[in-house]
Amino acid sequence: MSELYEMTAWQLAEELEKGQVCSVDVTQSVIKRIETVEELVHAYVTVAPDRAIEMAKESDAKRAKGASNRLLGIPVAVKDNMCMKGQRTTCGSRILANFSPPYDATVVAAMREAGMVILGSCNMDEFAMGSSTETSFWGPTRNPWDRDRTPGGSSGGSAAAVSAGEAILSVGSDTGGSIRLPASFCGVSGMKPTYGAISRYGLVAYASSLDQIGPFGRDIRDLSLLLNLLCHHDPKDSTSVPRQYPDFTTVLETPVSGMKIGLPREFFSKLDHPDVERVMKDAQSVFQALGINFVELSLPHLDYGIAAYYIIAPCEASSNLARYDGVKYGHRAENFSNMIDMYRYSRAEGFGSEVKRRIMLGTYALSSGYYDAYYLKAAKVRSLITQDFRSAFQDCDAILCPVAPTPPFKIGEKIDDPIQMYLTDVFTIPVNMAGLPGLSLPGGFSADGLPIGIQLIAPHFEEVRLIQLGAAYQKETDHHLARPSI
Amino acid sequence: MRLTLDEVDYVALLGRLTLNADEKIKYMHQLEDILKYMDILSEVPTEDVEPMAGPIELYTPLREDVVAPSLSLDASLANAPARAGDYFKVPKIIE
Repeated sequence: MSELYEMTAWQLAEELEKGQVCSVDVTQSVIKRIETVEELVHAYVTVAPDRAIEMAKESDAKRAKGASNRLLGIPVAVKDNMCMKGQRTTCGSRILANFSPPYDATVVAAMREAGMVILGSCNMDEFAMGSSTETSFWGPTRNPWDRDRTPGGSSGGSAAAVSAGEAILSVGSDTGGSIRLPASFCGVSGMKPTYGAISRYGLVAYASSLDQIGPFGRDIRDLSLLLNLLCHHDPKDSTSVPRQYPDFTTVLETPVSGMKIGLPREFFSKLDHPDVERVMKDAQSVFQALGINFVELSLPHLDYGIAAYYIIAPCEASSNLARYDGVKYGHRAENFSNMIDMYRYSRAEGFGSEVKRRIMLGTYALSSGYYDAYYLKAAKVRSLITQDFRSAFQDCDAILCPVAPTPPFKIGEKIDDPIQMYLTDVFTIPVNMAGLPGLSLPGGFSADGLPIGIQLIAPHFEEVRLIQLGAAYQKETDHHLARPSI
Repeated sequence: MRLTLDEVDYVALLGRLTLNADEKIKYMHQLEDILKYMDILSEVPTEDVEPMAGPIELYTPLREDVVAPSLSLDASLANAPARAGDYFKVPKIIE
């Protein structure tokens, strides 16, 4: 039998249910794994082993009293931008280095309620601004498959933790690809659900019209378990959409034959990496063998996605991050002569360079005289991108495309060239712009053995289609079973 | 798009940041490059296009006005960088 930390949540749930193992065993196995490899990976900002064991004991006690759900006693890691009551939540930033939230984010409360074991907080790009987890105040996370390479970002710690066996499941957030990119780079499964499907109450805001929380796991079956727990209307989040969500596990066996997948020609014409091209061709063959029909289609405004995103997101960020003023919480400078200087010095000391860059960019774009040329123009282009998807989905059930233009890149390779870093997200950003659900699945490997993901996109609130297709795909492939040799 | 150091200073003030001399020059050039990249948006005709602020139809959710517990004073003040009794302590604002 494999080590407990290597198993999926689904497998562990069966073992726990049978009474073969208890949550304390599972949690100890994962903690031991963290002690072995965390130094090499740096997936966490904060690991809380004692609390995790306490939570495991509580879940075992609940089970002994008859409680039973598939996530009871399963260890999970949480991105460091979701509030955990009384536990340091830093958002990868110096400005929140000592912040201890007085309340739980709704997703954290739901995981507690389900009896999950929270292992700690995962490393991330500062304020989720980045595509490589290099901008964290706490230093970069390393890709478990090749430690000279980035795990992708911004939820790089959450993806690396699942990949390296330092967590069974994890949650991250995705504003322009921050779940799907690290899932692709680390060889795990990850989903950004529809905007409004999972409560963001207690998620530290970056760009509120784009941010969405979502799950990471070793396979699609595990994602469906977490989605069942997390997709619920929350009165505390006014952007949470009130609707009934299906039981996502019921479509895991549903045949996909006859479904139609769209291939946007703009995405495929952009491919110039042979390994990514090969992985996409292989994925098409797999789906073809499953009885899927393909339709070529066009998303004509794809090329403008990055430009529009890097106006809209920094504008929203410059406004959202105005709250860090050194008054109610967060870092405050020691020396200043007046109130304005207190703000300015506190923020200059507390924020790192990528966050400052985006605050500058957003502030400039929103400043007097530039609003129409930048923000308003970008918001109009956003409408066009959304309309592209709307017409595309009249001809297909889902869209297949790459997650990223390349396999994982090297640490340091793009950090001094913001535009090159921003271009990493060319295939993921349009999905956030339109608020659609997007799934990232392991699709194969580069010639030198690095994971490459594939992306499936569905219309609003059609996560079931993604799960159905993902489950069918993973039955026919074994990329998701590969583990890094760390 | 060309920026001046004065413009960079002004934006930093609006954004409530201070930048050292190196940062000013670095951000000036990087912002110029990024804004130049944004020029591709001018290729897109948008005269008759409505701007989009968010991906879902927003509405104002209403709920019953029910009394519920709120944070205690101590919990609210626990993260304050400076506290004076039951208050957040800040520098003098009124001259």
